[in-house]
Amino acid sequence: MSVLVIAEHDNAALAAATLNTIAAARRLDDDVHVLVAGAGCAGVADAAAKVAGVGKVRVADDPAYANQLAENLATLVTGIASEYSYVLVAATKAGKNVLPRAAALLDVSPISDISGIESADTFVRPIYAGNAIATVQSIDPIKLVSVRATSFDAAPEEGGAAVVETVEAAGDSGLSAFVGQDLTQSERPELTSARIVISGGRGMQSGDNFALLEDVADKLGAAVGASRAAVDAGFVPNDYQVGQTGKVVAPDLYVAVGISGAIQHLAGMKESKVIVAINKDEEAPIFQVADYGLVADLFQAVPELSAELSKS
Amino acid sequence: MKILVAVKRVIDYNVKVRVKADQSGVELANVKMSMNPFDEIGVEEALRLREAGKADEIIALSLGVQQCQETIRTALAMGADRGILIRTDAELEPLAVAKLMKAVVEREQPGLVITGKQSIDGDNTQTGQMLAALLGWPQGTFAYRIEIDDGEMDLTREIDGGLETVRLKMPAVVTTDLRLNEPRFASLPNIMRAKKKPVDTLTPEDLGIDVTPRVKTLKVTEPPKRDAGVRVGSVAELIEKLKNEAKVI
Ligand SMILES: Cc1cc2nc3c(=O)[nH]c(=O)nc-3n(C[C@H](O)[C@H](O)[C@H](O)COP(=O)(O)OP(=O)(O)OC[C@H]3O[C@@H](n4cnc5c(N)ncnc54)[C@H](O)[C@@H]3O)c2cc1C
Repeated sequence: MSVLVIAEHDNAALAAATLNTIAAARRLDDDVHVLVAGAGCAGVADAAAKVAGVGKVRVADDPAYANQLAENLATLVTGIASEYSYVLVAATKAGKNVLPRAAALLDVSPISDISGIESADTFVRPIYAGNAIATVQSIDPIKLVSVRATSFDAAPEEGGAAVVETVEAAGDSGLSAFVGQDLTQSERPELTSARIVISGGRGMQSGDNFALLEDVADKLGAAVGASRAAVDAGFVPNDYQVGQTGKVVAPDLYVAVGISGAIQHLAGMKESKVIVAINKDEEAPIFQVADYGLVADLFQAVPELSAELSKS
Repeated sequence: MKILVAVKRVIDYNVKVRVKADQSGVELANVKMSMNPFDEIGVEEALRLREAGKADEIIALSLGVQQCQETIRTALAMGADRGILIRTDAELEPLAVAKLMKAVVEREQPGLVITGKQSIDGDNTQTGQMLAALLGWPQGTFAYRIEIDDGEMDLTREIDGGLETVRLKMPAVVTTDLRLNEPRFASLPNIMRAKKKPVDTLTPEDLGIDVTPRVKTLKVTEPPKRDAGVRVGSVAELIEKLKNEAKVI
């Protein structure tokens, strides 16, 4: 009944969401293996071997996996999947790219974005932007599942001593090739694992005005996020988007500034422990989920917040 | 080149969905239905490719109940040339949709298939990737920009860290993300014209595909409700509460 977790990484570091996925895997079975497919990814394999609860790390170190092309990675996964009862991946864009492809090759119906595990074959997952919660049961012999990281506590990064072994690469499909990446550079914590997130919406009016939020973020050690409207308007890059079709976050503190609180936005942040809303419209739906609501003009309130935080 | 575009009928994104009292699903009766927003983006992209001379025919495909005809008509009104409805009252999971779409691809031989990255009902984010796998085609998921040249496609995709560009052999499957384009509205004359465009109807049986689900929905429930908190009167009060009451800063 063992579980294979497909590691997410950039050949240098293991993604935080993989730790949550490993924790979910441990709930299904004690025998958890991690697949690290990459190029020059030995460091990632070593890091995975140290994660508490990992029994074995399987490494496919080959140029075909340098950029996690789904066509190549899915073939590798399907080649070893029959040894397992479950194949898990984090429900990130990378995970969602590869898992369904592997599932179709295995003739398995995958289960996306689980937020809970009821039993060996029954899972809980949000549907309709989290406005309904489905409990679903899989009858497939192997279950391919993507895991909502914010719903499972991360496995400790230390404490494991897994064996590391090589798996044979499964070749390059020739169907796709990597051309380049344009990654958002930031010194701030990563949005999905930050303890505090401060997000701006259309009310910010411009990308330049996001400096107001960055100023507060730096005082709090927070990550900066955004609504779809702010991304569509070009204020900030696409990877800032929080919501049903963006990133799901669940920090200790989420501060929504100039965001109205559409259901699609709430879908990505309503599991946050404490929610603060700053909005000049007292009727804004965001106040219905906010623990602390401040009806104010953000162009006064945010600089004041920054100044007050400097004092203390 | 032919382009096949998938268009799904879903509850309109503005509707607040309600869970049925018997926990069997969400209420669909008397609820406004629309084309999945990501599929509108798919239709728009197909139209732009045709306008740029990269495609000559656009087929809109929908799968599900008879009323999916209306979704196909919307795509035709936007500018698609003809429609195909795979008519069934059965609950279709993404794997079954991918198998049905594969059968249509084998009949129609398109050079490009476009689906939404997800449909806003099930939020699965699976169908395009599964179709690509079944066809042995490359996949360009979460498309932000596509450029087609000489039987190859450079596709820029939204990833968690920013953007990434891949080069795909054609034929290929593309799934749309939000920033790919802004879909047009259908004009009244085009809505009228769309009524005369052909729509073929097939069934899963016609295509010889077993659509029995592998994942059973045992129940659908309301999410836990989050209570509204308090209003604070000033920034100073907010900070005080976050420090001493919530203890998060
Ligand atoms: C298919 C689909 C997917 C989507 N996915 C997402 C998603 O993942 N994430 C997401 O966020 N949205 C998503 N949306 C969009 C969503 O429906 C809303 O349109 C969006 O969240 C609105 O963003 P906003 O709150 O920034 O803008 P608005 O709704 O325009 O709200 C702006 C708010 O700012 C306030 N404001 C303005 N000026 C000030 C000021 N000076 N001081 C204080 N407050 C001010 C206003 O009172 C208002 O409440 C999606 C929509 C669709 C159709």
